Amino acid sequence: QDCTFFTRKEILRLHGRYHEMAPNVVPMDYTKDPDVKLPMQLIINMPELKENPFKERIVESFSEDGEGSLSFNDFVDMFSVLSEMAPRELKAIYAFKIYDFNTDNFICKADLEKTLNKLTREELTAEEITLVCEKVIEEADMDGDGKLGFTDFENMISKAPDFL
Amino acid sequence: EDKEENESKEEDNGNQQNRASRRKNYHRKNRDGKKAREEGSQKKDRGKMAPTKDQKESENKEKKTTKRGKEGENKQKKGRKNSTSSASSNSSDEESLSEEELAMLKEQVEQKKKLISTMRNKPWRMVKKLSVLREAQDFVEKFEGALGKGKGKKLYAYKMMMAKKWVKFKRDFENFKTQCIPWEMKIKEVESHFGSSVASYFIFLRWMYGVNLVLFGLIFGLVIIPEVLMGMPYGSMPRKTVPRAEQATAMDFSVLWDFEGYIKYSALFYGYYNNQRTIGWLKYRLPMAYFMVGISVFGYSLMVVIRSMARNANESTADGDDDNFIFSWKMFTSWDYLIGNPETADNKFASITTSFKESIVDEQESNKDENIHLRRFLRVLANVLIICCLCGSGYLIYFVVKRSQTFSKMQNAGWYERNEVEIVMSLLGMFCPPLFETIAALENYHPRIGLKWQLGRIFALFLGNLYTFLLALMDDVNEKLAEEDVVKNITHWTLLGHHNSSAGNDSTGTPPPLDPADVPRGPCWETTVGIEFVRLTVSDILVTYITILVGDFIRACFVRFVNYCWCWDLEAGFPSYAEFDISGNVLGLVFNQGMIWMGSFYAPGLVGINVLRLLTSMYFQCWAVMSSNVPHARVFKASKSNNFYMGLLLLILFLSLLPVAYTIMSLPPSFDCGPFSGKKRMYDVIQETIELDFPVFVAKIFSYVANPGLIIPAILLMVLAIYYLNAVSEAYQRANAELKKKMQMQREEEKNKRNNKASTNPMLQDLEDLLTPSTKTESPPKQAEDKKIESPNGTSPFRKPGRGEVLDGSPMAGARGAAFTPPSQVFVTQPRTLGVWAPYPGQPRPWGHPLGPVPGRGRGQPCY
Repeated sequence: QDCTFFTRKEILRLHGRYHEMAPNVVPMDYTKDPDVKLPMQLIINMPELKENPFKERIVESFSEDGEGSLSFNDFVDMFSVLSEMAPRELKAIYAFKIYDFNTDNFICKADLEKTLNKLTREELTAEEITLVCEKVIEEADMDGDGKLGFTDFENMISKAPDFL
Repeated sequence: EDKEENESKEEDNGNQQNRASRRKNYHRKNRDGKKAREEGSQKKDRGKMAPTKDQKESENKEKKTTKRGKEGENKQKKGRKNSTSSASSNSSDEESLSEEELAMLKEQVEQKKKLISTMRNKPWRMVKKLSVLREAQDFVEKFEGALGKGKGKKLYAYKMMMAKKWVKFKRDFENFKTQCIPWEMKIKEVESHFGSSVASYFIFLRWMYGVNLVLFGLIFGLVIIPEVLMGMPYGSMPRKTVPRAEQATAMDFSVLWDFEGYIKYSALFYGYYNNQRTIGWLKYRLPMAYFMVGISVFGYSLMVVIRSMARNANESTADGDDDNFIFSWKMFTSWDYLIGNPETADNKFASITTSFKESIVDEQESNKDENIHLRRFLRVLANVLIICCLCGSGYLIYFVVKRSQTFSKMQNAGWYERNEVEIVMSLLGMFCPPLFETIAALENYHPRIGLKWQLGRIFALFLGNLYTFLLALMDDVNEKLAEEDVVKNITHWTLLGHHNSSAGNDSTGTPPPLDPADVPRGPCWETTVGIEFVRLTVSDILVTYITILVGDFIRACFVRFVNYCWCWDLEAGFPSYAEFDISGNVLGLVFNQGMIWMGSFYAPGLVGINVLRLLTSMYFQCWAVMSSNVPHARVFKASKSNNFYMGLLLLILFLSLLPVAYTIMSLPPSFDCGPFSGKKRMYDVIQETIELDFPVFVAKIFSYVANPGLIIPAILLMVLAIYYLNAVSEAYQRANAELKKKMQMQREEEKNKRNNKASTNPMLQDLEDLLTPSTKTESPPKQAEDKKIESPNGTSPFRKPGRGEVLDGSPMAGARGAAFTPPSQVFVTQPRTLGVWAPYPGQPRPWGHPLGPVPGRGRGQPCY
């Protein structure tokens, strides 16, 4: 309980959900600490994540092996961070991970373009995309290296009114 | 790196209490992490990714802590051994030492505890977290008992236990509280389908329900129930009986539906209450209670509204309207993580795309107004049209109310004639808003501004209607007052005549009482007003529900099922499905509440009706939204406009306070009904209570306090205080703006510097290359020099290593350049940690946007 923002009951319920997705793989009994992982394909079909354009990234950034398969611990971790009670700093860290598509610890232009395409379902023209990406970098890049480091990202996102 | 961390840890220990510094430390930690990560990225060729680096870091920490713990253990053991073996030899020295150790140990335990409590905030893998947690817990448990050895051991252990219990209790209580919030599941469900904006309406509704429940408790508990239990029963007095002429039809449904007959003469309305000073064996002072409850209803509502407004304002200061990051914010925070419905997701995609396009267009051509005159003309025209509409509707209502007065005098008025006012008002409320919307299309405002205008106009319409209604009612009341004088005399004479006639028969002088149904009575304008408000409320409820049923449900059914055999696509084409009209619904709610506030003094049962209404509309509207509405194409930001709703509510509260206060202060109450009958003014009840029930000196104090000579200075003082506070807040705001500007400047400067640096970077690099070797050995500079000199030659054997060094050096320099950024960061973020700008740690906002809970996973009750 101390590791997450959930209560015991909620964790048990989460386990129920986890079990539900693959009843034949996941054991009901977690006292023996079995090493079970669910592949990404199952996770992203959850109704909570289904419509999210960044679902693959979310799952990937929470999975321990970076491939997208989640153990139950990772699963709980994911919901804990995404829950209302998690502080903004923590969310910022994971949000950075999510938007960092190529996991090079910077959000570079390619990442931005990918983000934008996912957000708009590729309905913007190429010029518009480059314009927006340039604007973003211009706005948020504080150290002038042409990409956003975590400090840039945190600085920007901590001021955002809608970020929660 | 380890040392650095150690240092930071030490610092952590040093100023644990100081929250601000801790926050700074947090920043630093993050920065450290970042630095480490940067280094990690440099070592990319080794295949070290950031997460693994993170892990390593945490592992290090863990190891260190365990090591430390072991050290502590050893020390403890040693200390113990020492103390047992050589306790006699050098006890004083020993004690001080153990004291020190104790302090250290205590610190460690504290630190562990802190680690436990902040565990959930660390971005580690769960496995790591678990193991670290277990370790820390073991440690704490092991040494907690050993800590307070000697004098305070037991107490300490007890304290610890209690603290643990307390924490557990608090946690359980939190759980309990979250489970007690009503309709959380329902609202979350709606939220997950329609985004947070629609949910905000339901949250507002729930809040309203809470407020009304409190008002209901006040009125029922202090007025209605005492009256019903302890007051005189029905039929004992003229005011509590249906008059003889009406008795035949008093139970008919059509009569009851108009709140006449038995309902009119019940505890739901003002007229039923007696002016007896005390009732029952409790000596309950009912008139006094009635008056005080009437006032406290307003007092409580004002307090609640203002408090929640202040809370909202506190939260909304967090988002300073910083327009530095328009695109970035759109990019990273526009997705509403609560959305779980494909249709909503489609809409969201569309709206994000359009918003991007809009801001692109804004960016590209900031000022290119093609025909400003035409637009101005259109706007003026639209406003004129709308003012015409408003005046027209006001006049219509006035006319209708006037006519209804003549109708009410006629005996054989039909159903339509009796309910004309309500029908007309409801129809106006139904048809004017769409009309306004059509007119507003002329203006071509930005949708958000347009929405504000629309809200303001509908508000004006409703307000105008309400006040015309009130004015007409006032006319009515005045007429009734005139009528009352006549009736008073008649009543007086009838009673007198009755006495005289019966006095002849009975010598004792106690005449058989006249049957209360036969006593002629006055019109009792208070009850009339109460009935008007109740009728208005009920018709409003009905109209709302019927609109929902017809406008949303039937339409949805029609579109859904007729679509199979229709010549065009109904779902995409003209009728389509209805959207949930947030602004209209909120306004309806606000006005309904205004009517409740106004009417509750004259009809105590009105609040009960309203509670029922809110309860049913919660379920009904939830169902209607889920079953027959489609999500918005244009998302209306709820988080910001919430205070706007509250402001409207406050305005309405104030405006509804005015007529009630006027009637209380300046109209004489009816002579034969209500708790204040027989008095000149309603507030006389307070004076009476003070005079009769309080000791003399209290009465004197009150009379002094009520003296204008005291009241006027008090008001003056308040005005001055308001002025002063206003000035102070303005000064703060200016300081805020100044700081903001400074931050902006800083940022710009930083950027410029970076840019300059980027351009001069190669030069710097060369310089550094020259400098760094020179400090180490003597030969490399020579190499460099050689290189520089011999570069045209290009055949020197020294050249290759030199080049290699340069290549190695350049990322180093880059890294250092990056490492320089943090100071600027500190500068930029420091004002925020002062708390002027924003509560930095994540505050739970009522309606979350991105990275909020995954749908249905909000406060822990997943709903699927």
